[in-house]
Amino acid sequence: MTGNPPTLDKMQQTGPLLDAVDRQIIVATQAGLPLVAEPYEALARQLGLDTEDVLARIAAMQACGIIRRIAAVPNHYALGYTDNGMSVWNVSDACISELGQQVGALEYVSHCYQRPRHLPLWPYNLFAMVHGRSRYDVETRVAAIENLLGEACRGHEVLYSKRILKKTGLRIKG
Amino acid sequence: MDNIDSALVNTLQQGLPVCARPFDAVAEALDVPVGEVLSRLQRLLDDRVLTRFGPMFNAEKLGGALSLCALQAPAERFDEIAELVNAFPEVAHNYERDHRLNMWFVVATEHPQQAGAVIREIEQLSGCRVYDMPKQEEFYIGLKLTV
Repeated sequence: MTGNPPTLDKMQQTGPLLDAVDRQIIVATQAGLPLVAEPYEALARQLGLDTEDVLARIAAMQACGIIRRIAAVPNHYALGYTDNGMSVWNVSDACISELGQQVGALEYVSHCYQRPRHLPLWPYNLFAMVHGRSRYDVETRVAAIENLLGEACRGHEVLYSKRILKKTGLRIKG
Repeated sequence: MDNIDSALVNTLQQGLPVCARPFDAVAEALDVPVGEVLSRLQRLLDDRVLTRFGPMFNAEKLGGALSLCALQAPAERFDEIAELVNAFPEVAHNYERDHRLNMWFVVATEHPQQAGAVIREIEQLSGCRVYDMPKQEEFYIGLKLTV
């Protein structure tokens, strides 16, 4: 897949549009699932829905990619991963899909995307956020990515954050 | 954090199946009762070792648009431009980074066509070119840290 970012049209191709009940489920679970042995039964009860219906809707949203996975999000600072750098790579277009998958699979890479170049200032088309327990750790891991990319990579940089200027969560309205 | 906590953090990052009793398989794999999985998970959330447990939504697939943007703010105008950029409710995150492109922010809008309008307005107000870098392909999102 190359070219334009996902659009509404693309969303319509990848799955059914969400109805009011789907949106109700999304709004109710944005902060998390109930921590009980049968969380979907608890969710269904809370929303006045049938458990089987809630399960089917969540499975359908996962199948079409609206839900990436049902998982825990770690606080990387609490786990000792205090340093992170945005590594950016100029990778040959012919290899980027395959190599992007390999870089994204590394356990210390949290976000991995192909993005457009802006020549001449910005020749980089692969972005990988690298986490480590120190600046040295990050540098070692960046070197490992450089090794993995090999000759398909014509240059890279690592941008460290100096300051958070703004950080607000993304929220969907009900 | 003991070994069971670590195993739980590692397992729960991978994703659970969508089924009526999703914690049963985790409990079996870790050889602890389901009740203990749940109480440990609650404690890991309370202690902020985990920030969240539940469905991870893809904003674009929900109909919205997200783009990573960068601009080169002259040092003497950096704070003024940061304030101007942050004032847009559509700007979700904004970071100062050590590069010629020294300001990196995420523009998130409910509809894809609104993102371009926000970017053009930031360009007009700041007098800086905004480098728009929407993702073209997603290879991975989420952490999978082993502890």
